[in-house]
Amino acid sequence: MAKVELIGVKKYFGHVKAVDGVDLVIKDGEFVVLLGPSGSGKTTLMRLFAGLERPTEGKIIIDGEVVNEMPPRLRGIAMVFQSYALYPHKTVFKNIAFPLMVEGLAREDIKKKVEWAAGLLAIGHLLERLPSQVSGGERQRVAIARALVRRPKVLLMDEPLSNLDAKVRHTAREELKLFQREIGVTTVYVTHDQTEAMGLGDRIAVMNEGVIRQIGVPDDIYHEPANIFVAGFVGVPPMNFIDHDSVILGFRPETFLPSELIPSKDLIRFGFKVERVENLGSYRLCYGIIGKSKVISNLSLRYPVKEGEEYDFSVRVEDVRYFDKKNGNRIER
Amino acid sequence: MKWRDILDRESVLAPLLLLPVVLYVLFFVGFPFIMSFVYSFSNITVGNPDFKFIGISNFTDLIQDRIFLKSLANTFIFTFVSIGLVVILSHILAEILIREFKGKWIVRFLVMMPWTAPIALGTIGYLWFLDSLFSPIDWLLRRLGLLGKPGAVLGPMSNMYWLGIPELAMASVILVHVWRLLPLGTVILIAGINSIPKEITEAAQVDGAGYFRRLFHINIPLLFPVIGVTVLFSTLFTFTDMTVVWVLTKGGPPSHSTQVLASLAFLKGIQGGDLAQGAAIALFFFPVLAGLAAIVLRLAKKAVVI
Repeated sequence: MAKVELIGVKKYFGHVKAVDGVDLVIKDGEFVVLLGPSGSGKTTLMRLFAGLERPTEGKIIIDGEVVNEMPPRLRGIAMVFQSYALYPHKTVFKNIAFPLMVEGLAREDIKKKVEWAAGLLAIGHLLERLPSQVSGGERQRVAIARALVRRPKVLLMDEPLSNLDAKVRHTAREELKLFQREIGVTTVYVTHDQTEAMGLGDRIAVMNEGVIRQIGVPDDIYHEPANIFVAGFVGVPPMNFIDHDSVILGFRPETFLPSELIPSKDLIRFGFKVERVENLGSYRLCYGIIGKSKVISNLSLRYPVKEGEEYDFSVRVEDVRYFDKKNGNRIER
Repeated sequence: MKWRDILDRESVLAPLLLLPVVLYVLFFVGFPFIMSFVYSFSNITVGNPDFKFIGISNFTDLIQDRIFLKSLANTFIFTFVSIGLVVILSHILAEILIREFKGKWIVRFLVMMPWTAPIALGTIGYLWFLDSLFSPIDWLLRRLGLLGKPGAVLGPMSNMYWLGIPELAMASVILVHVWRLLPLGTVILIAGINSIPKEITEAAQVDGAGYFRRLFHINIPLLFPVIGVTVLFSTLFTFTDMTVVWVLTKGGPPSHSTQVLASLAFLKGIQGGDLAQGAAIALFFFPVLAGLAAIVLRLAKKAVVI
């Protein structure tokens, strides 16, 4: 377990600025999610932690030690890859045992530790099988067991859930969070899926174009976005934006409701022309326009709306965020 | 119906397109093979083409023939030493050529060149290199003081006589053959190494494995089918090849120090005119080689899956 620090880290591939100046401090035992669209530099950042890439500039510090030039095996890190990267010719047992074998541990110690990790992930019954003989969810557990068996200082995970089908993914997410708490290992988790990010992270770092656009607890990332990028990237459907003079107003679809249903006086009222209604069971998404801007309302209440009609909708003043039109940054009002 | 409409029908087009290759195989592979099969059970010679069936006596004669047994032993030495060297060297070359470095193109060019030069021509080049009087290798050795002086490491004589001394002749034949098989092995192994997912190598790196542990615990086991294909392909090529031997030594120096089955079959059957004996020598290992070919095909299938 360890604290991880990045100071002014840059990574250029030729002219491509994959990571363009990142400062980040991850506390001991913290679960930090790097969230961003593809090409935002989040995976490169993780590979820098791992030592699979060397930074062009800046310092990477793990447990108080600058590790810039250190090869992966000396860093005390472990990594779970998106494809799991299990060794196809080794049994599950040998896969998990590999990092220990490399360390040169005694046979009995290896056996004990492998059984501990396998027990933790409930894959004890699979030890003699080959990776090709276990299911996708089980493979992912094997990959995690292999990562944890060495008791790494830092655990790195690169989209570990993205190859699972939707149902398994949900339970896997829960379990992941539970045993990360149990073991308390410092974890960096890369994903482009904001549901995962919101559900797993102690803190979320939202990345775009090689820089961190905002870092904070999930609640702040969602409710207090620092700029238009974060506001538009986090949330399904994304925040509504309306141009107004030199500023952009932003509000979440679930705060944009029929005026008569909002028990508050401080409202901003709009004429909302509904163009299309999408019924998703527990809620409806109403796509429409205010003036020229396309907006969405997330209606979970029983309120009759018809496509093609205009309604009186409102947002509470406290739910509106303002952004600078030029640089996209948040403005306090 | 127009011509093109007829050609559009699969039942016409398919046989038409297959015809050239089928004819080729029938006339140039099938026919000679069946003829040699028939000959090997006869007493036919160039001088006396009357066909008389004599059972397996051609084969039983061979087993008692000292020259045949010597050639058989040579063939095995030639094949196994060549293959061993090809596998090791082509793996090293493949490991070098999958990396990016300055001047990679020229290294790749040099490695691939033996494959593009006609075998006989390349071998003639070596014939000059290994010449008994004018060998540049000998010249270099003399210059370095390793040869041609009393007390020199390689002896006091002025030349090595590469192709004139039995052991050196065998070593020369093997080295030239390795030289020409290397590009094939290298290309196959490069493809094999590139097909190992990058993440697996990186996972091993993060798991703490250094280069040699990754090589022996991860890469080579994963490359097993590919290495198998290389070994078997080269075995087939080596077992049935006579070009290098024929151009360099014609099976010599006496007696038959570098004679292999293929060159012996040529010597007896074509040059000596004993078609029946030649056919029997050529067919002696047919069952083994056919088995090997079958394994190659199965392995190749497996290698594609990975």
